[in-house]
Amino acid sequence: MFSSALLLLPPRSSFLQQRKIKGKVAAKIKTERRESPRSLTHRPTRSSAAMTSISQDADREKMRSVSVDLNNDSSLLIDIPDALCERDKVKFTVHTKTTLNSFQKPEFSVPRQHEDFIWLHDTLVETEEYAGLIIPPAPPKPDFEGPREKMHKLGEGESTMTKEEYAKMKQELEAEYLAVFKKTVQVHEIFLQRLSSHPVFSKDRNFQIFLEYDQDLSVRRKNAKEFFGGFFKNMVKSADEVLISGIKDVDEFFEQEKTFLLDYFSKIKDATAKAEKMTRSHKNVADDYIHISATVSNIGAEDNTALKTHLEKFSELLEKLRKVEGRVASDQELKLTELLRYYMRDIQAAKDLLYRRARALADYENSNKALDKARLKSKDIPQAEENQRQCLQKFDKLSESGKQELTSFKGRRVVAFRKNLIEMAELEIKHAKNSTALLQGCIEMLKVN
Amino acid sequence: MPYKTLILCSKICDGMNAYMAYKVTTKTSLNLFNRNEFTVKRRFSDFLGLHSKLASKYLHIGYIVPPAPEKSIVGMTKVKVGKEDLSSAEFVEKRRSALERYLMRTVNHPALLKDPDVIQFLESTELPRAVSTQALSGAGILRMVNKAAEAVNKMTIKMNESDAWFEEKQQQFENLDVQLRKLHASVESLVCHRKELSVNTASFAKSAAMLGNSEDHTALSRALSQLAEVEEKIDQLHQEQAYADFYLFSELLGDYVRLITAGVFDHRMKTWSKWQDAQVMLQRKREAEAKLQYANKPDKLQQAKEEIKEWEAKVQQGERDFEQISKNIRREVGRFEKQRVKDFKVVIIKYLESLVHTQQQLIKYWEAFLPEAKAIA
Repeated sequence: MFSSALLLLPPRSSFLQQRKIKGKVAAKIKTERRESPRSLTHRPTRSSAAMTSISQDADREKMRSVSVDLNNDSSLLIDIPDALCERDKVKFTVHTKTTLNSFQKPEFSVPRQHEDFIWLHDTLVETEEYAGLIIPPAPPKPDFEGPREKMHKLGEGESTMTKEEYAKMKQELEAEYLAVFKKTVQVHEIFLQRLSSHPVFSKDRNFQIFLEYDQDLSVRRKNAKEFFGGFFKNMVKSADEVLISGIKDVDEFFEQEKTFLLDYFSKIKDATAKAEKMTRSHKNVADDYIHISATVSNIGAEDNTALKTHLEKFSELLEKLRKVEGRVASDQELKLTELLRYYMRDIQAAKDLLYRRARALADYENSNKALDKARLKSKDIPQAEENQRQCLQKFDKLSESGKQELTSFKGRRVVAFRKNLIEMAELEIKHAKNSTALLQGCIEMLKVN
Repeated sequence: MPYKTLILCSKICDGMNAYMAYKVTTKTSLNLFNRNEFTVKRRFSDFLGLHSKLASKYLHIGYIVPPAPEKSIVGMTKVKVGKEDLSSAEFVEKRRSALERYLMRTVNHPALLKDPDVIQFLESTELPRAVSTQALSGAGILRMVNKAAEAVNKMTIKMNESDAWFEEKQQQFENLDVQLRKLHASVESLVCHRKELSVNTASFAKSAAMLGNSEDHTALSRALSQLAEVEEKIDQLHQEQAYADFYLFSELLGDYVRLITAGVFDHRMKTWSKWQDAQVMLQRKREAEAKLQYANKPDKLQQAKEEIKEWEAKVQQGERDFEQISKNIRREVGRFEKQRVKDFKVVIIKYLESLVHTQQQLIKYWEAFLPEAKAIA
């Protein structure tokens, strides 16, 4: 539960002085330990009477449901209870509670940057053993470009607004900033929880280092970069071509998966982009209500006719409505846009798995050719046989675990979509009913007048 | 008022000169008219002609004459060429609505309603073509020049305002003008964004449908297709709401901005100015006459005495005109304020009702979708 959020933006006058937003923007969100079924410190999550904490708490709950079945195993519980935002850099506090002996302490926290998460993801991708698994997609870089642009525009348009209007726009902006911030914390948290919930990844050595190592990881990151040199990443670029141009797979399951994933990826990518545009338009409408409400209020203030009450009530109503519209937009973003975006990345990870299997198949076929050559030349036959055996083994192992992973992935996806679509529909209904009540209340009051 | 005017529009093709004509249907119970219901055909230039006549008759005596709807040359040319695209259909509807509001405002004015030009406009089958209103004509340009000259004059007249009411009202109107313009701009922005929302929702709907087709899990596929249908309906909803934003809210504000800047106070200033000039002239004539007393020119003296009489009459007329216009403006402003209160009260409620309708439809659509989402197994 978020108990307090401090967001410091430059004071009003500095917008006029500085075209670029200079100066520190610090946001700190403190959270209480989130309740889990077997938590040692039991704290009720909905005890707070304050409106903001409840809605923020609901937000957290909502965002968590993008992925499902996470953080249920008490042997390894991970969360990000704290985060600090300075300018563009976000520092996450990664908190671990564990009963496993592989860790030095039962409970500990470390500070981590976004780049550390990327390092961890990349090491997993480059690990041969995990070739047959869907590697949870790396969390995207924290992106405050949207609110920052808006802040800039707000500064430019300051002179055309009244003090109240400006204050409200700034409030909206701060809320947006906070929303982006919360989203990025969530997405990083979910990444770690995916790993901790996985029977194989949870035991990964680098994962443990990430959770436990109390020094700066940047030295390791540098070394890793030099070692891997982004080799595999470059290969992935042409992965789609390999998959598409490849011969039809003998295995019916994988052939179907290939067709499905390639098509689905492009569709979900498009849907994500369109959903984002739609949500942004919705926010624009909500913002317009702010300006309209403020001007109507001004006209009402100067009016001394029978219209005065009408104008005042109308202005008040618009102010309430725009808050609801804002919620509609942000709920839609969380339940729809973020859902689509998350699974788009997951589908990419699934495609990567297919690609690795295709490569393993290619390797196996090459080893066959090499063996034939060796037999022809009667030279180095044992090595060639051994190589072929290993390639086949690797391919079979990959296929087996790949099948498992892809099947459970589909199950996860369907469950998550169901949950989020239901929740979105319920929220839309709730907001529309709220708006209707507000509107009808106002209409009645005005008709009596 | 037991009076209603409806305007419907239809396109009339006249061979080479395709032009838009509007059917003006009047329904009334007043004795001013020959029948209770009648229809005539009028062109846009006819409306401008009517306004021109009313303006020349009543503006200078302090009546708030409803301003004519704006000409938008670009829009008109588009329609003439015969393009049947959405923007031209939209333009015609916008104009039709504006013409209807213009006529309603005109007939709601008790004095204008009785004006023979207005009655003729509504009743006569044939109307002499208003020639001087062609957009790019020489006469049009001349009028623009005159308007500019008027504006300059306004700035150089400094009136001795002895009546606090007028000073107050003028200030009030100026403030209101500023606020209404701002509000109008904000509402136009809302219209624009809501239209964008509609377009983006439609775009998403299509994308969701494609996603649904691609989805291999049967129940989820179905649900996604249903989602696409819901979003399509919602995009229609947004579009309708954008129309309401525009026709109820935005256009009303535009009308009032134009009404307020109609310039009754300027005419009062001009009338005052004329009266003052007459007084100055009278003074001069009296001085001239006094000089002639000692000049021994009996003919010129007689002339001077006659001129004095002439200007005394002009001064008296000037004073009467000023008092009359002041009285008229007081009455007009009172009537205007009453009308403004009524108009805005009605529009606010109508607009809120349009918002209610949208929300209720949203509830309906999402409640229909919910079981589909729950059905995903």
